[in-house]
Amino acid sequence: MIWTAIIATSLIAFMLKYLGQAVPARWLANARIQKFALHLPTALLAALVAVQTLGNQKGLVFDARSVAVLVAGVALFLKAPFPVVVILAALTSAGIHQL
Amino acid sequence: MSRAILRDSLSVALTVGVYGIAFGAAAVEADLSVLQACVLSLLVFTGASQFAVVGVLDAGGSALSAITAASLLGVRNSFYGLRMAPILQVRGVKRFAAAQITIDESTAVSVAQEDKGLAAMRLGFWATGVGVYIFWNLFTLLGALGATALGDPAAWGLDAAVPAAFLGLLWPRLISQSARIVALISIFLCTFLIPFAAAGVPVIACALIPFIFAYVGDRK
Repeated sequence: MIWTAIIATSLIAFMLKYLGQAVPARWLANARIQKFALHLPTALLAALVAVQTLGNQKGLVFDARSVAVLVAGVALFLKAPFPVVVILAALTSAGIHQL
Repeated sequence: MSRAILRDSLSVALTVGVYGIAFGAAAVEADLSVLQACVLSLLVFTGASQFAVVGVLDAGGSALSAITAASLLGVRNSFYGLRMAPILQVRGVKRFAAAQITIDESTAVSVAQEDKGLAAMRLGFWATGVGVYIFWNLFTLLGALGATALGDPAAWGLDAAVPAAFLGLLWPRLISQSARIVALISIFLCTFLIPFAAAGVPVIACALIPFIFAYVGDRK
């Protein structure tokens, strides 16, 4: 199942990249399509933050991840670079697991 | 001129490469093998989509929802390609190569050279794309091997690294009021759906929000 996901995602990811290079510009030059494309990654990434922070096999949970993501948010707000943000989140979660 | 562009490209490539460590580690944390992590980076080569595959599978989602979530995130690369095509003007094998490295960073560095002309834009695109490709894959391998060596990922806090990485990818997109509104609605909708929908579905459902924003909102 993992390999299916990997191969299919690889093919589609490449097709999407190639499509933009190959289609006539006017096909995607519509203002609504542009707006959709601008906000699509924002919506999906926000959803992924929610799922990865609060979701598990049983449903909604508040655990070490919630605290860690809060710490990551504060770090981002303070303009910390990406690796620092991820490491701080991991350290927070690891610390809570040790308690 | 070209030395300054190469320096920009290299620093972007190195910085983004480091994200590869987080990805490699996240993939192993989600029970993918080192090989699977590396194949994702070599073939998919668009960070957010790769994190999405790993994140959805880790949450117990089906292969189909992992593929759908990742592919929706990859749609933006089509628009980057559209922007780059008239600048690069490549055909055949070179177009395949250009397509594979058409990502956030290569497009951003290229567009940033706009005032310096087409040759500078091309150099920025290729140097950044190839540089990110090399470092992203190298660091994915290091991250995956590192996480494998660490053993129990939760004890090291890697369970929190994935949502933190998504937040890190989301953050620079929240520059406009409308982007922040889209993100907030998305978080609420997704959180509401988590208890009821199969894993992966809440993420895909959130693709409706930008659709509504674009097609229903602000009719002029």
